[in-house]
Amino acid sequence: MSESLISIRQLSKTYQRGTQPVPVLFDINLEIAEGEYVSLMGPSGSGKSTLLNLIAGIDKPSSGSLLIDGVDIAMLPENDLASWRASNVGFVFQFYNLMPVLNAFENVELPLLLTDLSRAERREHTETALAMVGLADRMDHYPNELSGGQQQRVAIARALISDPTLIVADEPTGDLDRHSADDILNLLDRLNVELGKTIIMVTHDPKCAERARRRVHLEKGVLLSGSGGH
Amino acid sequence: MVTSLNNQFTYIFRLARKNMWRHRLRTGLTIAGIAVAIVSFGLLRTVVDSWYAGAELSSSGRLITRSEASLSFSLPVTYGERIRRLPGVTGVTWANWFGGIYINDKNFFPQFAIDDSSYFKLYPEFIVPADQLSAFQSDRRGVIVGRKTANKYHFKIGDTVPLIGTVYPGNWVFTVRGIYTGADDKVDESQFLLHWNYVNETIKTVLPSMADRGSLFISNISNPAQAATMSASIDSLFRNSLAETRTETQKAFQLGFIAMVDTVLVAIQTVAYVVILIIMAVMANTMAMAARERMREYATLKALGFGDAFVFMLILGESLSIAVAGGVLGIVLTFPLSRAFFSATRDLFLVFEVTSFTLMQQLGSAVFIGLIAAIAPAFNSRRISIVDGLRAVT
Repeated sequence: MSESLISIRQLSKTYQRGTQPVPVLFDINLEIAEGEYVSLMGPSGSGKSTLLNLIAGIDKPSSGSLLIDGVDIAMLPENDLASWRASNVGFVFQFYNLMPVLNAFENVELPLLLTDLSRAERREHTETALAMVGLADRMDHYPNELSGGQQQRVAIARALISDPTLIVADEPTGDLDRHSADDILNLLDRLNVELGKTIIMVTHDPKCAERARRRVHLEKGVLLSGSGGH
Repeated sequence: MVTSLNNQFTYIFRLARKNMWRHRLRTGLTIAGIAVAIVSFGLLRTVVDSWYAGAELSSSGRLITRSEASLSFSLPVTYGERIRRLPGVTGVTWANWFGGIYINDKNFFPQFAIDDSSYFKLYPEFIVPADQLSAFQSDRRGVIVGRKTANKYHFKIGDTVPLIGTVYPGNWVFTVRGIYTGADDKVDESQFLLHWNYVNETIKTVLPSMADRGSLFISNISNPAQAATMSASIDSLFRNSLAETRTETQKAFQLGFIAMVDTVLVAIQTVAYVVILIIMAVMANTMAMAARERMREYATLKALGFGDAFVFMLILGESLSIAVAGGVLGIVLTFPLSRAFFSATRDLFLVFEVTSFTLMQQLGSAVFIGLIAAIAPAFNSRRISIVDGLRAVT
């Protein structure tokens, strides 16, 4: 855990609302090492989700640099950025964001369509990922046939399937009861400890944040603590 | 890379098919709407085609000669003999529009006073049994009726048919001596053919100025490729006379009639295209609603690494699936409905066949509807950022 996987330097983000510029992040400097488990905390509107989106490559900074594994993703053109996301980032969303018309197996298999794996290889990988999240017996179930916790586990399997370096989770337990939330946090722990995945989790729940090895606080777009060191 | 594209392509169709039925009622109604539009388009196109069918089926070896001034003017019957003497002409006959009313003017069927000795030789597609033809030729008041008209008015051989003359005034009584059938189902079986000699002799006594005249002279020529030259030769026979002529092929003659209702045909064609435009707008609205509802899913796909092209194809695939389903249903329904339409309007059309060109136009229209309806939502999905899409409320 010594090498920096993510290196953020003087990063700022300003949205444009009509003619009005709305600054969201100011001069962020942050280093995250490979294999770290970091929680981004802060009140609503503090910019934590925006920072997560920038790190995940689904948004672009207004200024500053954002190096992930040596690649400045802020400079990548849209198509290259999409390919980069496909192979380097696994997403876990608050509301799971599963395709309702696809069953658990098909949802998890989805990112593998961007690879050159054969159908048999895709099946093997998908079954393994679903087994890892404890849903081997629910492969044929559609999202509306699964509980919230189960849907989030399908989403985690989908995030894992392409073996990304980085997993970003935006309020992964925000829509779950305490018991299901614990299951999900245990699962994220395992991914970090057993598989060595770097995890960045946005949460405003201090109990959730405690599960991370490191907590970073944001307030009004400014990083307050946990920045810099590993 | 190729495997990846193949995987995505297969998935697009699977996802599009599944997405299509997420709102069964909405999709079902849209498919039904497209089917109705495609059926209407097909029927209207067939109406236009059928209007031209008579002309298309005309013999290319028959020429029609009429007064240069107007169809309402007749020509001396002696013109027939002069035309017959022209080299290349193999037969001539003539016919006059009779225009009688049977009981009341709602009972319309075309009536012609014909030369009984030559008319059927020039129209071999009118099949008359020999004994009936002979009975007709030996009875001056006899008529030969087309099967369709005979069936409609329940005329049988031996029946008397009274007509009130309009062109040739007076009360006329005819006896059905024969019923002709067409050589094939494209031949007009609605005509009511009576003796020109009988009409001519009768009218001589009351309106001598109308006697010994013919409205249309029909000539057969040995070489249809020479139709234009032969037409000019016939007209040159009567140039600078009191009754100059205009000769043209039977097809051109019939197209001239169609030109009189050209505006109606243009209106029908316009309606056919407007129907397609309306359903296109309905379909575009359906796709816009579907795409708006799925904005978060599209954003998720893009976040996972799928490109704009994948989402574009997903929307296009769904739109095309709905439109083609409606189109195919419409095409399938066109056949029974066209048959029903034809039976309800038998007096209007000689034939009412949905051509393969119309079927291609129907399918093409369905695909066009699908393509156009997908364009706006597909571009919209491309324009919206992943972050905004993920925030979208569904």
